[in-house]
Amino acid sequence: MIEKALKGNRSYWIWIAFLVSVIGVGLSAYDQQRWFGLTVTGMGRDISWGLYIAQFTFLVGVAASAVMVVLPYYLHHQKEFAKTVIIGEFMAVSATLMSMLFILADMGRPDRLLNIMLYPSPHSMVFWDLLVLSGYLAMNLVSSWAMLGAERKGVPPKPWVKPLIYLSIPWAFSVHTVTAFLYAGMPGRHLWLTAVLAPRFLASAFAAGTALLILVSLILKRTTGFDTGKEARAKLTVLAAYAGVANIFFLGTEFFTAFYSNVPAHKESLQYLFFGLDGHCQFVPLMWYSLISGVASIIVLLVPALRKSTPWLVGACSALVLSIWIDKGVGLILGGFVPSPLQEIVEYTPTVTEICVTLGIWGIGILLLTLLLKVVVAVKMENEQ
Amino acid sequence: MSSVADGNTMMNEERREFIKKTAIGVLVGLGAASGLVPAFSLEKTVLPVWDEKPVPGKIRWGMLIDTRKCREGCQQCAAACHHVHNVPDFRNKKDEVKWMWKNPYQNVFPTASQQFVSKEIQDRSYLALCNHCADSPCTKACPTEATFKRWDGIVAMDYHRCIGCRFCMAACPYGSRSFNWQDPRTAIHDPVTTYPTREQGVVEKCNFCSDRLVKGQQPACTEACPEQALTFGDLNDPRSDIRQLLEANETMQRKPELGTKPSVFYII
Repeated sequence: MIEKALKGNRSYWIWIAFLVSVIGVGLSAYDQQRWFGLTVTGMGRDISWGLYIAQFTFLVGVAASAVMVVLPYYLHHQKEFAKTVIIGEFMAVSATLMSMLFILADMGRPDRLLNIMLYPSPHSMVFWDLLVLSGYLAMNLVSSWAMLGAERKGVPPKPWVKPLIYLSIPWAFSVHTVTAFLYAGMPGRHLWLTAVLAPRFLASAFAAGTALLILVSLILKRTTGFDTGKEARAKLTVLAAYAGVANIFFLGTEFFTAFYSNVPAHKESLQYLFFGLDGHCQFVPLMWYSLISGVASIIVLLVPALRKSTPWLVGACSALVLSIWIDKGVGLILGGFVPSPLQEIVEYTPTVTEICVTLGIWGIGILLLTLLLKVVVAVKMENEQ
Repeated sequence: MSSVADGNTMMNEERREFIKKTAIGVLVGLGAASGLVPAFSLEKTVLPVWDEKPVPGKIRWGMLIDTRKCREGCQQCAAACHHVHNVPDFRNKKDEVKWMWKNPYQNVFPTASQQFVSKEIQDRSYLALCNHCADSPCTKACPTEATFKRWDGIVAMDYHRCIGCRFCMAACPYGSRSFNWQDPRTAIHDPVTTYPTREQGVVEKCNFCSDRLVKGQQPACTEACPEQALTFGDLNDPRSDIRQLLEANETMQRKPELGTKPSVFYII
């Protein structure tokens, strides 16, 4: 089936060549990092995680959001999602792969990666995260590939496929919950030490991931003529909007608890991110942009007249994805380190090398997604004829 | 003729084999003897350390810092610590690796009372190091047991197992851990041969001088302090000096509200 990804028009190959060159730049930047160490990044003793872990967190969310189409389609037989569901699943595959690559890029000794499996430590959340992520990657890839293969041959899927898909539904929730637990169990990092972190992760994931899925389906329609259907997109729009509302609501509850209780440790990171702390306000404009554009895009998605117009829909979905990328990726991870355990405020700016590695990993993920979706479109179009 | 020559060769080979086996036997015997009889060992080991099997939780090493005695501007403890452990000095904050350092009151004790603190207390600086917590969040976060709790309460590091994920750094509420952002060997200005250097890409921190304790020595910082402001001892032994001092003085720990149970105590 994969041979279908090897047949394409000129613009398809230009796109592939572009992605390959981005990956090349990323690899050469990563080579620098392997040679000189993580000193080539903007991270340091006080802000010891940066862009990589931020991308990891955001992308696990994108991966988990596949459940927003898988659950209604397989459990509630919402036929509108018939063509969208596999796109969601393949997006989950490439997002999971990217999030794992970001962990790898962040490691000081990636050559020792297997130590996590050689010395399994159930008390460590990383151990569980690696388990759920690799399991999620495998089950999505295997089940969606098998479904597509069956569809191509016009036969019913093998009997083990459906149970695997059903398993992937709670698994999707567990993937993002465990990711939240990576942060939410650490004493002394008060921005993360909150029970609402896992629910908030799920809400922001379902908003950003679903918005991204709408965008991908629109891109597919424009570039290949393969349309997943207006009804599917309309339903997804509403899902993204309400997930976005839930996310803003959770953020609001964080603000209330921190500022009404007035406990300094609970307040300081939020204060640093949104209002500045002791004259340091590196992220203030970015966080307000994220908040305002997030609210605005949710409003657009909620107003029927606006969300039915494609330009408004594209604008709102892109703004929502970017808003959550800033809020969850940049704000949450970097904000968690400020102030430091010794009450110092340290600023962080990613370096060019770090940005190149990041783009390279996105390149790998998008390349994989492109190849997978190329197969999907070829199979679906063939069957429609 | 040829058969005689063959016989000689065979004889020679047998003799050579015999000498070889005897020599190996003697070496094995000597090796076993040096293992069993301490007087025969080539490298001297301090025996009291090994004469009983470690019982988890029997000993809990701790430190008491009398900050009233700590001299302003004196860095001898940290200098001694960093010297004997080959801690690199990059002279920049971003790549900084440190096991022990001094900071103002509000930085070391940010959750202690900050209002109307006497000028004298505010002007002093306070020693910060790994707390070797009884309930250490870093060992819990480590996915490979590269950082682990020893039987004697020391939170130790296995530099050869660390994957450099820096979860322990995020989990430590005291900022006690450093990562080797680049090759540390370029920044060790006066290396010692008694403690290994680390590699790029792993985490390190204070080891409570487990390398010196095994030789029956006090920690380097405790020994180096010109004012004897540091007391090191077994927190589980009610008759130890440290326990006597804890009994006699009002002391505090860093961020006790987090439940990590630090083994480093301060007299303010």
